[in-house]
Amino acid sequence: MVEYAWLVPVFPAIGALINGLFGKKYLRDQSHIIAVTAVMASLFISIIVFADIALNPIAHEIKLFEWIVSDNFSAYVGLLIDPLTAIMIMVVTGVGLLIHIYSIGYMHGDEGYYRFFTYLNLFMFFMLILVMGGNYLLMFVGWEGVGLCSYLLIGFWYQKKSASDAGRKAFIVNRIGDAGFILGIFLIFGSFGTLDYSFVFANTHLINTKIATIITLCLFIGAMGKSAQIPLYVWLPDAMEGPTPVSALIHAATMVTAGVYMVVRSNILFSMAPFSLEVVAVVGAITAIFAASIGLVQTDIKKVLAYSTVSQLGYMFLACGVGAYVSGVFHLFTHAFFKGLLFLGAGSVIHALSGEQDIRKMGALARKIPATYKTFLIGTIAIAGIPPLAGFWSKDEILTSAFAGGHYLIWAIGLATALMTSFYMFRLLFLTFYGSSRVDHEVEHHIHESPHNMTVPLMILAGFSLLIGMVVGFPPESGWIHRFLSSVVGSAGGEVHEGAGHHLSLGLELGLMALSIGVALSGLALAYSFYIKNPELPKRLAARVQGLHQALYNKYWVDEIYSVVIVQPILMISQFLWTFDQWVVDGLVNASGWITILESKISEMFDIYVVDGTVNGVSDTLDFGARGLRRLQTGAIQNYMLAMGLGIAILTVIFIF
Amino acid sequence: MPSVTLTAILPEIILTALACIFLVAEPFVPKEKKEWMGYFSIGALICSGLSLFTLWGRNITTFSGMITLDNYAIFFKGLFLVVSMLAILISVRYIKIEEINFGEYYGLILFATVGMMFMSSAADLLTIYISLELMSFSFYILTAFMKRDMRSREAGIKYFLTGAFTSGLILYGIAFLYGLTGATDLGSISAYLSQHNLNSSPMLFVAIVLLVAGFGFKIAVVPFHMWAPDVYEGAPTTVTAFLSAGSKIAAFSAMLRIFMVGLGSSYDSWWQLLWLLSVLTMTLGNITALVQTNFKRLMAYSSIAHAGYILLGFIVASRIGMAAVLIYSVAYAVMTLGAFTMVILLCRQNSRGDQISDFKGLARTHPAVAGSFVIFALSLVGIPPTAGFIGKLFLFNAAIQGSFYWLAIIGILNSTVSLYYYFKVVMVMYVQEPQDVAPLSFSPTLTVALCVMSFMTLFLGLYPEPLIRAAVQSVQFFL
Repeated sequence: MVEYAWLVPVFPAIGALINGLFGKKYLRDQSHIIAVTAVMASLFISIIVFADIALNPIAHEIKLFEWIVSDNFSAYVGLLIDPLTAIMIMVVTGVGLLIHIYSIGYMHGDEGYYRFFTYLNLFMFFMLILVMGGNYLLMFVGWEGVGLCSYLLIGFWYQKKSASDAGRKAFIVNRIGDAGFILGIFLIFGSFGTLDYSFVFANTHLINTKIATIITLCLFIGAMGKSAQIPLYVWLPDAMEGPTPVSALIHAATMVTAGVYMVVRSNILFSMAPFSLEVVAVVGAITAIFAASIGLVQTDIKKVLAYSTVSQLGYMFLACGVGAYVSGVFHLFTHAFFKGLLFLGAGSVIHALSGEQDIRKMGALARKIPATYKTFLIGTIAIAGIPPLAGFWSKDEILTSAFAGGHYLIWAIGLATALMTSFYMFRLLFLTFYGSSRVDHEVEHHIHESPHNMTVPLMILAGFSLLIGMVVGFPPESGWIHRFLSSVVGSAGGEVHEGAGHHLSLGLELGLMALSIGVALSGLALAYSFYIKNPELPKRLAARVQGLHQALYNKYWVDEIYSVVIVQPILMISQFLWTFDQWVVDGLVNASGWITILESKISEMFDIYVVDGTVNGVSDTLDFGARGLRRLQTGAIQNYMLAMGLGIAILTVIFIF
Repeated sequence: MPSVTLTAILPEIILTALACIFLVAEPFVPKEKKEWMGYFSIGALICSGLSLFTLWGRNITTFSGMITLDNYAIFFKGLFLVVSMLAILISVRYIKIEEINFGEYYGLILFATVGMMFMSSAADLLTIYISLELMSFSFYILTAFMKRDMRSREAGIKYFLTGAFTSGLILYGIAFLYGLTGATDLGSISAYLSQHNLNSSPMLFVAIVLLVAGFGFKIAVVPFHMWAPDVYEGAPTTVTAFLSAGSKIAAFSAMLRIFMVGLGSSYDSWWQLLWLLSVLTMTLGNITALVQTNFKRLMAYSSIAHAGYILLGFIVASRIGMAAVLIYSVAYAVMTLGAFTMVILLCRQNSRGDQISDFKGLARTHPAVAGSFVIFALSLVGIPPTAGFIGKLFLFNAAIQGSFYWLAIIGILNSTVSLYYYFKVVMVMYVQEPQDVAPLSFSPTLTVALCVMSFMTLFLGLYPEPLIRAAVQSVQFFL
């Protein structure tokens, strides 16, 4: 059945086509029927493919057709279906379907309803191409395609200036990363002569460590852009301007994990370049703690989750950097569920409060929107890392791997991040659902639980967040997911890092586990004492360490720094160039314009009397000739035969003599 | 007993048999159901095409060397089948409007097709002549098919008389060749001419001039072209379309084989003749077309000009030149049929629709129809991305590779001139106000044909690879 895998991206493409072409005129409020059906069909095929791969975890290469064929470059449109791809398509289509269904309720009545589902389906198509493509070129096609859809969806409410600005910011920042990615692709082609995964990964002897380092660093720059790592993370918090289902699907569960997917897909190359791995681990760790610290004090419910996403993505790169690729994918997998759940829950809260996103104006919602509350609670526990929910298993594995690999500093950073994560998530939960209500009075009356098509996806995701970690990840380090993905990673030297994990004694491992549980619980306790028991404490603390609080609250002023260091200089240079253009270039142009006009006056005279005379002469001749020839066409058959006879006679005479 | 391989003419046998059956069955089909004859004819063409398809790649010479079935023949036969299929598709409604919907119409088209198919695989001057006559006689009748229409009758009789005259010329030429070499089959003629050093004898030249005159008449080469505008204008438009696409290409296919196989060794004695005729034909055709006001006459001169372009491939006489002739034939067939379809659409109860002024404002009332005419016009001029561009590209490229620089330059200049008169029609469609609001004579079959032709014109321009490959494979046994 694997050979039918090409159908998986085809369905959303058809859906996007139908909605795009006919949505405005015919479908309008029914657009979701097409979109949801398409994704459902994709999910169905994905499950079949996944089952096939699960029973027999080998890589299938499906070459569909020749795409570009020239002298020394050829590219196939082909798919690579291996365990990694199987997991990714399950995440994309599974979470994607739930978010599609959720959007029916969330986007109900929006003017751009059909447009929303068109973009969403288009996104699914490109995301599936990204994870299923059998070569780097196809991955790049998907990569750019999801970037486009992300831009379109962030700026979905384009009438709002902040939204269209955020879309542009995302697009431009991603461009920087894409430049690195495409350089990496060029280098791969230059070194291997092809972009097919199967050839590249089987022939790593063609490159040395130096080239591998350069290639992987370029690729990682691409990943930094797409997966929002320092220093290119700034677009993701702003991307929250898009509709909440978009934040859940694109900016939490799927697209932003593309960078992680790419690193894991290229793990053989990365494992050849220890320096690159070091960079990946360090960037991941710094991003994790940096974003988590900003998340501690944010007051916008979606911004908290956005920084949390950046932080968790940092975790995944941290895992890849210490060689624990499987743990990275595992965390990607569980994160998709609980972060998707948290975003959708946040959406449900926002929906209930008629668009309010500030957690300082929430509180005591637990009783009013119970379904949302319960599912949000599960999501919070899952991401905080309290067993036996999903987040615990994957996060613990990452920390253990870091420790076992001897990266103690990185491990310490990871542990600190875990503490912060637990704290800001419970802070968010307590401020939103507990305490006393700080909701505006007009809004208070309208609070209502979301419709079923929004709460049911929440419940399903909550179910996954509860169980999925244990199901696929138990026992740690050798769970099902490790066996499943073993063929994908670590065939060219990854063993050094991976194998290190097994040197830990059981006692030490249990100790680490207990430590990470302890950290998660302390986060919970801290948040409890701060926001439930003693609500005055945060304010006093903020006053005590005002400098730090301001730094965190203003996100370390990174946007401002970028603005001063990068954006303003570019604008100034543009301004200067514009002025230069205005005065110098235009001056020259105008001057030459005057000269040209003068000259053309002269040549006009010439033209009128000499050239036109000739041209008119020619056309008059042609016209006269044509009329003359036409007159030959008498219609009398005798003349025709005479012409033929004369023709034969003349030709014969000419050529014989 | 010489060996006879019937499979070599299987497609023709099928087509002839079915055409005969139709003629017999015709009286039993009620008058208002005659279009069924058209659908049956399409079925017959498809049957024939299927049997033809299986023969691709075979190389059979049979009937004592009178018939050769090679890829070259199959390429052309396939093209003829497609052309007559399209001709029937655009006819179904038209012949009703003109009140000539008799079953014989379709029968004659099938017989003409059989004639064309034989022409492309005939390897002997006699079979060439007989199949030429089979085709021509069908066309004489088809031209005069609108019995009540004065112009149609006149066109028919003009075509017949001049045609009979040129048949005589061809036979005369054949007689000269036979007298010279004692053979009528092309292979033997060629061999005899080189063996006995006759390649530059004046007698041979007379024979060549006579053959050129005869075939030049069929393909409308100056100065044997004068019948074309009158006949094109007078004949039922569907017949005109079929005539200009089918008959011309059939004559080209036979002529190319005569000149490449039979007279290939005496190349030096004929290339200058064709060079002169080609230049004359292109130039005269294009210039005269400039002042036409009748669209069918305009297309007649246009098709004269195109004959001039195609002769380029003869003069180059290389494999690439031959392939260019094949490629151009396909492009020419599709775009010419497409252009004539416009007249058929415009032919309504109250107007014949063949004046350029009838195109006024078509873009406003029928943007899709106007759009497809733009595609055909682009192709006829030779502007990418259309089939006509690929055809011209190959022809002129062949000319340049064969060092016929002047010929290429004249050809390109002529293409430029042609832009004017095709786009004069386009301008009328897009700039002027619509005047006639009577609906166009659409029919489902015509819509299908129009879509197929527009699609093919664009497709062959965008992805010519399969056509080029087929053309190159078709000519690989020559030269």
